[in-house]
Amino acid sequence: MSSVQLLRVSENRQIARDTYFLELAGDTSDLRRPGQFVNVAVPGFYLRRPLSVCSWKPGQLTLMYKVLGGGTDALTRISIGTELSVLSGLGNGFSLPSGVRRPLIVGGGIGVAPMLALSEFLIEEGTAPRVILGFGSANEVALVEEIEALGISVTVATVDGSKGVQGLVTDAMAQLRGDLASSLSDPEEAVTHELITDQQDFSGELSLGGYDGEASTDSASQDNSTPWDFVYACGPTPMLRAVFACAQVPGQYSMEERMGCGFGACMGCTLPTAGGLKRICKEGPVFGSEVLVW
Amino acid sequence: MNSASSGNQSSEFGVGPSVALGAAIAANLRADRALMSDTKLFAGQGSESDSTRSGCGKQDPVPELSVDLAGVRLQNPLIPASGCFGFGEEFLDFFDPNILGAAALKGTTREPREGNPTPRIAETPSGMINSIGLQNPGIDVVVAERLPALAKFYHQPVIMNVSGFSIDEYVECCEKADGLSEFIELNISCPNVHGGGMSFGASCAAASEVTREVRQVVKESKLFVKLSPNVTDVVEIAQGCVDAGADGLTLINTLLGMRIDVKRRCPVIAQSIGGFSGPAILPVALRMVYQVAQTLAVPIMGSGGIATAHDVVEMMMAGASAVQIGAESLRNPLVIPQILEQLPEVMAELGITNLQEIIGVAKQ
Ligand SMILES: Cc1cc2nc3c(=O)[nH]c(=O)nc-3n(C[C@H](O)[C@H](O)[C@H](O)COP(=O)(O)OP(=O)(O)OC[C@H]3O[C@@H](n4cnc5c(N)ncnc54)[C@H](O)[C@@H]3O)c2cc1C
Ligand SMILES: Cc1cc2nc3c(=O)[nH]c(=O)nc-3n(C[C@H](O)[C@H](O)[C@H](O)COP(=O)(O)O)c2cc1C
Ligand code: FES
Repeated sequence: MSSVQLLRVSENRQIARDTYFLELAGDTSDLRRPGQFVNVAVPGFYLRRPLSVCSWKPGQLTLMYKVLGGGTDALTRISIGTELSVLSGLGNGFSLPSGVRRPLIVGGGIGVAPMLALSEFLIEEGTAPRVILGFGSANEVALVEEIEALGISVTVATVDGSKGVQGLVTDAMAQLRGDLASSLSDPEEAVTHELITDQQDFSGELSLGGYDGEASTDSASQDNSTPWDFVYACGPTPMLRAVFACAQVPGQYSMEERMGCGFGACMGCTLPTAGGLKRICKEGPVFGSEVLVW
Repeated sequence: MNSASSGNQSSEFGVGPSVALGAAIAANLRADRALMSDTKLFAGQGSESDSTRSGCGKQDPVPELSVDLAGVRLQNPLIPASGCFGFGEEFLDFFDPNILGAAALKGTTREPREGNPTPRIAETPSGMINSIGLQNPGIDVVVAERLPALAKFYHQPVIMNVSGFSIDEYVECCEKADGLSEFIELNISCPNVHGGGMSFGASCAAASEVTREVRQVVKESKLFVKLSPNVTDVVEIAQGCVDAGADGLTLINTLLGMRIDVKRRCPVIAQSIGGFSGPAILPVALRMVYQVAQTLAVPIMGSGGIATAHDVVEMMMAGASAVQIGAESLRNPLVIPQILEQLPEVMAELGITNLQEIIGVAKQ
């Protein structure tokens, strides 16, 4: 379900360069899954702004936004107590296909926003996700503490190397893969990995096709050269493409497009997929890697 | 939505129906709609629309919202505009579409169309620009799947919006659509496709020719022609369409517009130029409806920038028998129920008891 809600701003605080937390109080009962989004009416602007749900609980919604243009800039000046009209409960969101034991979460830039709710969800579902968040520079780094507070470690990558791994999220993925190789040769480390990943045996067979009944067309490698068996990603399209190429396993990718309505009525946000044209706002924004044509 | 997708490469909409199946469905739909117009559609309105509610003597008159549109009675003049209502399902979360006066469906062509590349949407102060490019599943799928799906939850008049790239295509689509909906709206004004759409609406000769040809096959539905504002003399084109047999006109489709992303130094939408709509274009729409209504005695659906109950009254005073609401429903899916709620209040303020009576009253 989706609905129009009037939500009251309870916090609007800068957390990194050009990056803000917007906390809203009100009805969140339309939200079901991480990766869904809301469409926020910004006073003075005609169209709403689609923003991912960063996290939510009954009565409270947290968004995270980055100043990109006029609308998000105006959002920074919205004061506490203001009521915003929000179209809530939009999009499909991420899911956990059966059989996935070692999910990897990759967020880039403002694409990290939905990864807090996703991390919470994956932990609740009994997996221990690995998380890689990529930014341009140290002063843009956000959401790391919030995710680490859930008890999982986060690898940060910055393009300029001012924090964490120097380079792109794919460099961090490669490093993680390398780490795994060395950790497997180190018996103690390997045990730790097993614990983290819910007793999943790294050397065991893991079927990579057939998640949630959908046949996977990926040429996913069945060996254990990756410390992950499924990838969740959100970020700019070139990043998603690179992550997909690097992942070697199936995954779910959150796509982005300029939107007119956000609820499927205007056909503004069409994405060609292997299953035909889809609306990012309605059939997405999350798409299985098997249907994406990059 | 996923259920409609067959996973085949050609389109989101799966395989088309067989011809025989299409014909059977069409026949059923005709019967359904005829039944509805005999019963649900018009029944019960008579009693409600008597100018006072039954019972005790002196009461404020009940505002009469129903209007006559080319002989079809609408319970109110509020119609979602083509392209801003999909095929109806997307609004079910927000309100019961049976409150509408009528509903215009997404523009339909003979073949399925994938539309234009993205980005397709840009914003303007008080409006938006779109270049969807008539993405639609094609007339056969609309007839076989979309109309029956709509008929399950929606029982008010339907306006099928038909587009084409040749006269043949318009004729074929209209032939298949005739009688399945109360109205067929000929879109000869889409700015977002090359070599079709608007080129028919740009000259009086082409507009009247396509209207004349289509008129031959539209026997049961009311035929409206939707005109473009991007012309020098809209009255001349309107006249051409009426002379060629149109039952009514829709005025206006989108203006041509564009935005530039100054950081990236390129147009915002992939097609550079698109269709501009929303409250910013209301004065243009009012002017054109007024110009045509002053000259021709023809039913008009007023479209362009309607966002409030006040705008509805204004558009009807300019000469529209009903109004279409497009962009505003995209940013506020509740706008039509909100207008419906506010209309009686606005009417009361303005001393209007019957909407039908204000059509075209604006005179100097
Ligand atoms: C499903 C989805 C989830 C998103 N989640 C987030 C998030 O959690 N945090 C965040 O900061 N940003 C998010 N974005 C991007 C965000 O919507 C844009 O950055 C924002 O709309 C830009 O508005 P603006 O007025 O600042 O920029 P302008 O360029 O001035 O925007 C003008 C118009 O374009 C639209 N627009 C511009 N860029 C985009 C874009 N990339 N995607 C969609 N519409 C766009 C705006 O809605 C507006 O209508 C998301 C986008 C989508 C599609
Ligand atoms: C996203 C979008 C898609 C549209 N698609 C169609 C269409 O398929 N056929 C058509 O005749 N008009 C189409 N239109 C034009 C509208 O029906 C309407 O005439 C126009 O937008 C002006 O009204 P408005 O200002 O209320 O939006 C479309 C408009 C928008 C915004
Ligand atoms: S934004 Fe309107 S259909 Fe997706």
